[in-house]
Amino acid sequence: MNKQDTSTLNPSDRQTVKFYQTGTFTVGNRLLDEEFRTVQATTERSNSLDSGHRACQGCGQALGARYALDAAMRATDNKIIAANATGCLEVFTTPYPETAWSIPWVHSLFGNVAAVASGIAAALKSKGDTTTRVIAQGGDGGTTDIGFGCLSGMFDRNDDVLYICYDNGGYMNTGVQRSSATPPAARTATTMPVGDNPGSSFNTGKYLPTIAMAHEIPYVATASVHDLHDLERKVEKAMTFRGARYIHINVPCPLGWGSQPAFTIKLSRMGVECGLVPLFEAENGQLTDSTKIRYRIPVEEYLKLQRRFAHVLKPHNTHQLDAIRAIAESNIKRFNLL
Amino acid sequence: MLRQISGSIAVAEAIALCRPEVVPCYPITPQTHIVEHISTLVKSGQLKNCSYENVESEFASMSFCIGASAAGSRTYTATASQGILFMMEAVYNASGLSLPIVMTLGNRAIGAPINIWNDHSDAMSVRDAGWIQLFVESNQQALDVHIQAFKLAEALSLPVMVNMDGFILTHAITRVDMPTQEQVDQFLPPFVARQKLDTDAPLSIGAMVGPDAFTEVRYLAHHKQKEALAIIEQQAAEFQEIFGRDSGGLIKSYYAEQSEIVFVAMGSVVGTMQELVEELRAEGHSVGILSLRSFRPFPGNAISKALSNAKQAIIFEKSFAVGMGGVLASEIHMATVSNDLKISSVIGGLGGRTITKKSLGKIVECAMHGELDKEVFLDLEGTTVVKELRRQQEGQSSGPVAENILRDMGVVSASKTL
Ligand SMILES: Cc1ncc(C[n+]2csc(CCOP(=O)(O)OP(=O)(O)O)c2C)c(N)n1
Ligand code: SF4
Ligand SMILES: [Mg+2]
Repeated sequence: MNKQDTSTLNPSDRQTVKFYQTGTFTVGNRLLDEEFRTVQATTERSNSLDSGHRACQGCGQALGARYALDAAMRATDNKIIAANATGCLEVFTTPYPETAWSIPWVHSLFGNVAAVASGIAAALKSKGDTTTRVIAQGGDGGTTDIGFGCLSGMFDRNDDVLYICYDNGGYMNTGVQRSSATPPAARTATTMPVGDNPGSSFNTGKYLPTIAMAHEIPYVATASVHDLHDLERKVEKAMTFRGARYIHINVPCPLGWGSQPAFTIKLSRMGVECGLVPLFEAENGQLTDSTKIRYRIPVEEYLKLQRRFAHVLKPHNTHQLDAIRAIAESNIKRFNLL
Repeated sequence: MLRQISGSIAVAEAIALCRPEVVPCYPITPQTHIVEHISTLVKSGQLKNCSYENVESEFASMSFCIGASAAGSRTYTATASQGILFMMEAVYNASGLSLPIVMTLGNRAIGAPINIWNDHSDAMSVRDAGWIQLFVESNQQALDVHIQAFKLAEALSLPVMVNMDGFILTHAITRVDMPTQEQVDQFLPPFVARQKLDTDAPLSIGAMVGPDAFTEVRYLAHHKQKEALAIIEQQAAEFQEIFGRDSGGLIKSYYAEQSEIVFVAMGSVVGTMQELVEELRAEGHSVGILSLRSFRPFPGNAISKALSNAKQAIIFEKSFAVGMGGVLASEIHMATVSNDLKISSVIGGLGGRTITKKSLGKIVECAMHGELDKEVFLDLEGTTVVKELRRQQEGQSSGPVAENILRDMGVVSASKTL
């Protein structure tokens, strides 16, 4: 973390980037030829989100945000301003007087990040600055619920902002309540596994990537933190467009999901491989590409590693399991995942 | 240059002379003409280097201002009534982050019952929000004070709200002296941000602050408003030097220091009071007016001094705290505890009810006879109120109050168009 007493950061104040793991996905294929290496493969990367922040162990959002921002920084020659909604990412990165951000960063409110980012973009426009780019980021609650009006407005005006939603399926920062992105059957503090239909109700909720597509903005993509190359690629691609762009990232949350911190990457992959988390891209409202499932797994393999779904696997709740299977099936058809 | 234009157009043109860089807006009567006119000035190319955006709500509008201001742009918007309530969370946030945004509030009542006409409920609903709140008596002042507002906001890095009576000022066509671009440029230097989102000097704005430092941050906001007391006066003097007009400042006294009975009020009602006071003084009565041009910061010392010779103050307000009474009256009470002063609170002009010279004259007459109550609702229709109260006592299901009263007063047809 950076002490902010000097307000601005010299490059020398930044922590040096260390590699903790040596696997191919995690440190970005350092064995590949240089041109194919990812942003994270070099210690020269911007390190937009420094270590030392207060996220839980195994937080998918912390991982996703670092990769997304560093990729955006590389794509724009380090010319990124970020605005953040209230939520875990905001809270765990900026406990006063420290900050984990080494990029210009502003937090205003829970429900207005898209409008704040639009305002920044408007300021850059009036100053004739065409090189600095703007990113807005928020959790699923800040995006699909309370910030939805501002986000839809930003899409409508086609403001030059990349909006990144870190979807962990609930209001985690306030203790795991249901959001409109909470998957059906999931246990949250406001949808407890009691009664005939335990957990969050079926036939509720909304899927923001397709709502974003309906606004016919230049670029929409979904990503998941197990495939960080894909995530980086999508962020870099998003930066080649002007206008409103939206990336929805699936970020496991060990605390809210009741999963082991060590399973974050595994769960992120399993969500995709079982069909519940479709990965695709769309331009101007049209689906352009989707990631094929490599080894399809049954949804229960994915569910059983998460305590929030424990009740679904009980014999008397097979109707819930069937309904979740049907959702995976429908995603596979809708997004052409096989 | 002398022009015969509406208050809204005058303000819009004054804003354009201040070279704003970002202007988001959202329509709500009675401020809409201001932002409509700015839109035309931008679209026609008369106002250059300005991003104008008609956004999807007032909450977005103020949030847009927050982003733009944090990115180092001179930023302006306008709203009124329900609009400021809808943007409320961002109103507090803008001042909490110390962003020098300028906003016009075209003062209008707050519903329910929905009412588009003028009073000060909207301004009072944000009285603790940390914004500087200035009031103007005329369209000339509205125009002038907006120019001062940018300079003040940027000097302090605090947001400034200029309160301008809806319809009475916004829609009134009067003669105004429109300054030249050269004059405004001489008075108002280009904006240099105290804090700015800048890729060459990255910093974090809007961090979480716990009990360890929250008090200090809040105290500083208070301290800065107190600093503003001197700066407002100083800038009004500077303004007078360049533009040759007395506009702005903390308070304006019309015989307040030499009068026994003094009206204290904010905004356009001061104009009506001036006419009355001139007449009364010509008849030999000792009556004056103290116009409050800055409500936040609250110029308590200046008020106490201006009222030091007064025996009775009539605090006239176009809003009140339901269940408590006049807010301004109680604040002036606090400011004048060491004065030998009788204070009466008069609430009037609610929801656009006309404040007549005659009604104000009756108030002064009561005061002169020592018969003015501590709390008076100007021109209140007592019989209507009693009738509705009786109806409520008679049965639990007496129906909606507003509709009942409209029917009693014989304006039932109006309820269809509300
Ligand atoms: C207007 C408002 N309502 C409620 C809150 C409380 N609040 C803060 S963060 C949060 C949950 C954030 O959820 P999400 O956006 O999904 O982000 P996460 O913490 O899950 O990453 C809530 C409800 C608030 N700060 N502001
Ligand atoms: S609660 Fe979840 S999202 Fe929040 S920091 Fe912990 S793991 Fe990350
Ligand atoms: Mg969430």
